[in-house]
Amino acid sequence: MSPDLQSRPRLAPGCRLNDANKQQQVLLMPERALRLNGPSLEIVQRCDGNHTVQQIVTELQQIYSKAEPKKVETDILGYLTLLADQRALDFE
Amino acid sequence: MTPPANPLALIAELTHRCPLHCVYCSNPVELTHRAEELPTETWSRVFQEASHLGVLQADFTGGEPLARTDILELIRAARMAGLYVNLITSGMPMDEVRLTKLIEAGLDHLQLSFQGAREDTAQEISGTKSHAQKLRVLEWLKKVRVAVTLNFVIHRRNIDQIEEMLEIAESSSATRIEFANVQYYGWAFANRERLLPTRAQLDRSLEVIKNAETRLRGKIRIESVVPDYYAKYPKPCMGGWGRKLVLITPNGDALPCHAAKVIPGLQFANVKQSALREIWETSEAFEKFRGEAWMQEPCKSCDRRAIDFGGCRCQALLLAGDPAATDPVCSLSPNRSKVDALLADLNGPIAGAGVGPAPPAEAALTRPDWLYRPNPA
Repeated sequence: MSPDLQSRPRLAPGCRLNDANKQQQVLLMPERALRLNGPSLEIVQRCDGNHTVQQIVTELQQIYSKAEPKKVETDILGYLTLLADQRALDFE
Repeated sequence: MTPPANPLALIAELTHRCPLHCVYCSNPVELTHRAEELPTETWSRVFQEASHLGVLQADFTGGEPLARTDILELIRAARMAGLYVNLITSGMPMDEVRLTKLIEAGLDHLQLSFQGAREDTAQEISGTKSHAQKLRVLEWLKKVRVAVTLNFVIHRRNIDQIEEMLEIAESSSATRIEFANVQYYGWAFANRERLLPTRAQLDRSLEVIKNAETRLRGKIRIESVVPDYYAKYPKPCMGGWGRKLVLITPNGDALPCHAAKVIPGLQFANVKQSALREIWETSEAFEKFRGEAWMQEPCKSCDRRAIDFGGCRCQALLLAGDPAATDPVCSLSPNRSKVDALLADLNGPIAGAGVGPAPPAEAALTRPDWLYRPNPA
């Protein structure tokens, strides 16, 4: 189920980035950890309860301006769905 | 020789003291006494060493970790070291104020264990009146911000209560449920004849869980562990020996798994004398079943050896008498017949047909009653 573009994703309780002084950024959650690279880190950092899904899409389309905008949107919605299924997000 | 990949999680058995006496407790039959428990400073050093080694998460468990009066300091120390802190608790030595303090100290994730969905079942299994307190803890948890998992340990006496367990979870703030079937070592091995579910019970429970997974998608993540006696292939026990996890016992011994002390002749290094990196990379116990050199046939040439790593070494010892044997629950093991014989006793001759006889009458059991886990001195 794809997230609503107007909803505001926020990391669920117990889901957080590891300490900034570590070389590899990781999303820590109950009994699990996801390695974050460029785009996935950009997405997770915006799951703050302030950005709407639409705003995240727009901002990443600007950062990754060489990529096909529709592809950026599809990838973001796919990644947010994956995080939601892991129960790492609340949508406000 | 290249050093092994770093561990990802540190299982910190902070104490073996516990208000419950569960008949399947994962603690060893020989419990560590309170006087031998590691002090706060040693645990704090171990958390630092673990973090430098690449560990991401600490699992505070026991016994009952809240039996430690320094639990807040330990949580702070683990967070300070950069670890994610999981606490696995019975919820017994808890009130609303203590819960708030745990979260202020930096607790990331609280796992509340349940022995059943009803007070009478929970009391039979834990040897204590404990269920109502757990329901109170769930109410307090709704008012704070922390990840919550409900851990239901599943066996013959409560496997028919999965729907009721789901109701408890759905009316709580839990985002995760574990339905973990009992694994048969230690206390559970001693009580196996009363704990092992029938095939018909298991099949029904899996159906209920599957439907719940679909219904609760995006709301509650469900993880389910089947009893491996009924599986075709063994579980990748601990994610492979010395591959992902390191467990520290209350007195500081470093183990590759909860039950490793049952394996005769294995020497365990202790964090009081040795650094965690040295233990992980070079100690005899962690090297013993790491990699593939120790494997026998059929594991040695099996395509699945990098998937399940030959299964569980402790189970191989318990059922085949040899810790280096293929896990006897594997359908390819020459010892599988021992597991099948057990299942046939329980289910009738056609194990898997789902039409076996009722579980054995109490009179047919070899032990007169449950063997309850006591409290260490």
